[in-house]
Amino acid sequence: MSTTRTAPTDETAARADLIDERLAQDTGLRGAADAFRRRVRDGDLGLLPVVVGLFVIGLVFYLQDVTYLSSSNLVNITLNAVPYGIIAVGVVLVLLLGEIDLSVGSISGLAGSITAVLVVQQGQPLVLGLLAGAGTGAVIGIAYGLIFTKIGVPSFVITLAGLLGFVGLQYVVLGDTGTINLPRTSPLAQFAREDFLSPAVSYVAVVVVVVAYALVSIIGIRRRTAAGLPAQSLTLVLGKSAIMLAGLGFLTYYLNIDRGWGFAVVFFVALVVVLDLVLRKTTWGRHLYAVGGNVEAARRSGINVNWIYISAFSLTGLLAATGGLMFLARLTSVSQASGSNDVNLTAIAAAVIGGVSLFGGRGSAYSALLGVLVLTAINSGLNRIGVDSSVRYIVTGAVLLLAVSIDAIARRARASSGRG
Amino acid sequence: MSVATHESGSPAQTTEPVLELTGIGKHFGAVQALAGVDFRVHPGEVVALVGDNGAGKSTLVKIMSGVYQADSGRMRVEGREVHVHSPSAAQSLGIATVFQDLALCDNLDVVGNLFLGSELGSNAWMDEVAMEKESWRLLRELGAKIPTVRIPVASLSGGQRQTVAIARSLVGSPKVVMLDEPTAALGVAQTAEVLNLVERLREQNLGVVLISHNMADVQAVADRIVVLRLGRNEAEFRTVDVTTEQLVAAITGASDNVVAERHARRVPPATETGEVEA
Repeated sequence: MSTTRTAPTDETAARADLIDERLAQDTGLRGAADAFRRRVRDGDLGLLPVVVGLFVIGLVFYLQDVTYLSSSNLVNITLNAVPYGIIAVGVVLVLLLGEIDLSVGSISGLAGSITAVLVVQQGQPLVLGLLAGAGTGAVIGIAYGLIFTKIGVPSFVITLAGLLGFVGLQYVVLGDTGTINLPRTSPLAQFAREDFLSPAVSYVAVVVVVVAYALVSIIGIRRRTAAGLPAQSLTLVLGKSAIMLAGLGFLTYYLNIDRGWGFAVVFFVALVVVLDLVLRKTTWGRHLYAVGGNVEAARRSGINVNWIYISAFSLTGLLAATGGLMFLARLTSVSQASGSNDVNLTAIAAAVIGGVSLFGGRGSAYSALLGVLVLTAINSGLNRIGVDSSVRYIVTGAVLLLAVSIDAIARRARASSGRG
Repeated sequence: MSVATHESGSPAQTTEPVLELTGIGKHFGAVQALAGVDFRVHPGEVVALVGDNGAGKSTLVKIMSGVYQADSGRMRVEGREVHVHSPSAAQSLGIATVFQDLALCDNLDVVGNLFLGSELGSNAWMDEVAMEKESWRLLRELGAKIPTVRIPVASLSGGQRQTVAIARSLVGSPKVVMLDEPTAALGVAQTAEVLNLVERLREQNLGVVLISHNMADVQAVADRIVVLRLGRNEAEFRTVDVTTEQLVAAITGASDNVVAERHARRVPPATETGEVEA
């Protein structure tokens, strides 16, 4: 540590946080359960409403149609969720800044069109097409960031302009053909439709993930204990790991009855996990939350605020474009309707339903994962019971309103209990 | 305008100023916020910057902390001329500022706020354990009563938030700490704690700039008092030489006010040393 002018610290002191007796102590499994109850009561709901929501959705549609929870339908839900989910991950980033990107749908459609034209019509290598499509999104995001930071146009307006402009550009790129079909034998289509982890690989992956989680947690406990800081108990970590192993193991077993974990699904989940680590563990992530919480404070503490905005907008563009490529892969076609309204609203709604605050600074990468599962699950259920698409829109709207209402009520509880 | 100088003989004066500004000017549109302002602070010295509303205190602080850039004048850190383009430039020069609004991120926890912009760790990866440990050390040093460093600062009281803001200014091992109205929102005991803290900063041989409206606080801890009025240097006093009445007279600019007249009648002229017309 850098300071030398200060008096030597009193290392005989008890654990650092024990100096204040007002602080409730949570030790062991029971303590963890108490802490969880207290958090929920104080309005810090976290991901709880979404998880409860998923159970309710599953139950309701199961009662309508027993095949809803079948392995094959769940595999379809996971596959269908991927393109929306990847776009929603990007939306989380701009929402954390307290900004918005309304054009993620248009960017996804444009990216899909560019890749399809290059690969299918002009016979360019697939990698080149993918890079061009994804790169377009990143460049658009950088442009948004520059316009936002240098000129000061609100992100709502910039991206509304982008929403319109890039639909037009998509029409230009597609030309007279209107629709371009990607051959089902293309590796891109295979990746999103046909490639699945073999059962053996999937079980090994589950074990590796859980062991990695447990090891990282135990190393964390040891480092914190060595530094005289409070740490979660070993029992709790082992308990969590066991629950994780059982949960993931069962899910894997159940999905493996049908096709199992799709490559695209694994890619999406890995993306969420990586982004979560980036947000929580890196200075960039910390600065993103800081800018979303109080821009002026962030600027005064020496954070390059413009860089945070530009990098976040460009990542959102990149992820929106990647989502567009996944749509191309999953649907094996791109048309003038690709990336229209439905995509935009679903991706933004997914992030919000997953618990990302529209006012910035609050939310996590997992919000995108859970939010998109909720919307895809509802969509799948409504399709199965054969309702009109009008009903689907209405239900999606109602769920969005419900989710934001829960968040608003929880925010009031947080304010009164001082959880910010 | 009369500039009173009472400054010879203070122990801090024998050293080179750690921060020195000369002839600082700044205008906002037609408003001349600062004109030809001189200011300096030595290591181990607490300099109070006082003045009425609109005197230019906050503008001067923001220039020193890199939030604004001066239109004219020069700034030197440890004798070396510097140009402070940004708050981060000021920080890297060793000038730390605790703003009146504290500039905390309510959604981040105490550790996150303390190390915001200067996170510990290797490359982009943050070392939370080191930061949390250092947070407790800093807070203990200030005798802070913070229940846990892992709650969002939104849930802390006014005094606790002030403490976090002051602790944060110490993170980068600064040479100069500027405190903008640190006691304005605090209770009696918390004010005393902050004043103790100011003295501890002085003991650590830091230059401390204290901006305050509260004459009692200023006279309790400052070594030297610089009075700004309408964007200019009005007067400068050693705290031991000055009475509250003289300070008030300098701040309000009414040297012929009733308070000053009464004071002049009571005090023999011989002790009024150094009152020089500039």
